[in-house]
Amino acid sequence: MKGKKAENIKIVKKLSYTSLSIISFFVIILAWCGLTYGGILDKIFLPTPSSVIMATVNMVNDGTLASNIWSSTYRVLVGWALSAILALPIGMLMACSKTFNAIIQPVIEFVRYLPVVALVPLTLLYLGIGEGQKYTIIFLGTFFQLVLMVADTVSSVDKNLLNAARTLGASPYQRYKLVLFPASLPGLMDSFRVTMGWAWTYLVVAEMVAANSGLGYVILKSQRFLATDKIFSGLILIGLIGLFTDLIFRAITKIVVPWHERLGD
Amino acid sequence: MKRKTKLEVKGVNKIFTSHTGQEVHALKDINLVVKEKEFAVIVGPSGCGKSTLLNIVGGLEKATSGTIEVDANKVFEPGADRGMVFQGYSLFPWLTVKENVEFGLKIKGFSAAGREKISTKYIDIVGLNGFEKSLPKTLSGGMKQRVAIARTLANEPSLLLMDEPFGALDAQTRVVMQELLVSISQKTQTTVLFITHDIDEALLLGNKIYVMSRRPGCITEVIDVEFEGTRGHNVLVLPEFMEMKKKIMDMLWQDSTDAANGK
Ligand SMILES: Nc1ncnc2c1ncn2[C@@H]1O[C@H](COP(=O)(O)OP(=O)(O)OP(=O)(O)O)[C@@H](O)[C@H]1O
Ligand SMILES: [Mg+2]
Repeated sequence: MKGKKAENIKIVKKLSYTSLSIISFFVIILAWCGLTYGGILDKIFLPTPSSVIMATVNMVNDGTLASNIWSSTYRVLVGWALSAILALPIGMLMACSKTFNAIIQPVIEFVRYLPVVALVPLTLLYLGIGEGQKYTIIFLGTFFQLVLMVADTVSSVDKNLLNAARTLGASPYQRYKLVLFPASLPGLMDSFRVTMGWAWTYLVVAEMVAANSGLGYVILKSQRFLATDKIFSGLILIGLIGLFTDLIFRAITKIVVPWHERLGD
Repeated sequence: MKRKTKLEVKGVNKIFTSHTGQEVHALKDINLVVKEKEFAVIVGPSGCGKSTLLNIVGGLEKATSGTIEVDANKVFEPGADRGMVFQGYSLFPWLTVKENVEFGLKIKGFSAAGREKISTKYIDIVGLNGFEKSLPKTLSGGMKQRVAIARTLANEPSLLLMDEPFGALDAQTRVVMQELLVSISQKTQTTVLFITHDIDEALLLGNKIYVMSRRPGCITEVIDVEFEGTRGHNVLVLPEFMEMKKKIMDMLWQDSTDAANGK
């Protein structure tokens, strides 16, 4: 009985959270309608919701939207995956070996503070405007942060778990594989989710500087034609895709680390 | 009856240097011998170095000087021959009860069927049947400690090291666990080195009790405990039990008044 009641309260709470989120979105859209249909703002600055929808529909119809979304998504996935695949072992090594950490940390800390945007000219010079340059920008923007996040997560694993594994006979490699890695997974998943968001930001930057496809490119080109409705369409899409990736990551995290206890669950 | 020596601690000292450069003499010239199948208990006040000593025996920490011998061989590293149960439970939260219990067996390369047979046996012994698939976060403190004990026992260590395993349990659960441990250690014939600061617990479980004092941590007294018949909570009211309890309390009390007087 009691369990059921608690369950009900949980559902009600969840529902009210969802409705709060919907209401806040609704208020924004309402304000948008008021400002545009009410003629308060010039539609060069703020297009009407209907013209943004029309612009989106047009892009869907001529097939450019799908191909631009795909090329952006593909770049993010490749660039981010490269950085994740490298950051994982390097971060783990940094957490476990003082020597390795001493060698690599100063370099990483230094590069980490270089704004990626400031590196765009160099990447263009070295790599041209092709796909490689996009991957590089995303990689540079996420890798150095991710390595430190991984190292941090791994080094804060409960030492008692490692000691328990040692007394049960685990070799160093077995301690990595069977304790350090699974114990770090919740933190790693969080870091992956956060850096995926940054990857999107850096990609749009790269696409707005030099590209001939992608959502950043759509926004830049629209600016030349003063097509504010298309710019808004591009922005909203980027936001929605970001939101969507976040949701996917959260869902995967729930599946991968069901044992993890979180505050507020 | 002459028994072989299972564990010998010879002249162990441990000095910690804190980050301020201050030296703490945690253990001073510790010597002890634990015979095979013996249940040895170390009792002493908080901070006297009990965990430090057990960690050194377990190989998790290095002694500043002195040696540890198990079966007449010097040990420096942890090994599956010495099973440890920690002050906290230290269960792997991502593994189920069964997987936790099978952890050491998996490392030794047992087949799934071989693991299953042994884990079933020990989960049965600690009375956790029906919880094989539960995650640690869904268990109570007492249940977690039972999993931790089963996990260590499943490895079938010849020496069982336990660091205040029941310290965090309520009085009733503790009694249940103590009786369980007595019966397990008799059934499996394992040598045990058990740490506690609870005198009743020491007398109830131990064949031999080492009393430790603080600053620097050293052994001040060794007591042989012999009760007639099987040991259960009924011994708590026997006159000889009361006598020994008073003796140990006096020693610990002396220690703490000395400390208060700055001796
Ligand atoms: N890593 C360390 N660095 C410095 N001092 C330490 C360290 N570990 C333990 N000590 C000191 O050594 C002494 C003994 O600690 P230990 O944990 O062995 O005590 P204990 O007898 O197990 O106490 P309790 O019953 O509270 O668990 C304490 O004074 C403690 O401050
Ligand atoms: Mg302790």
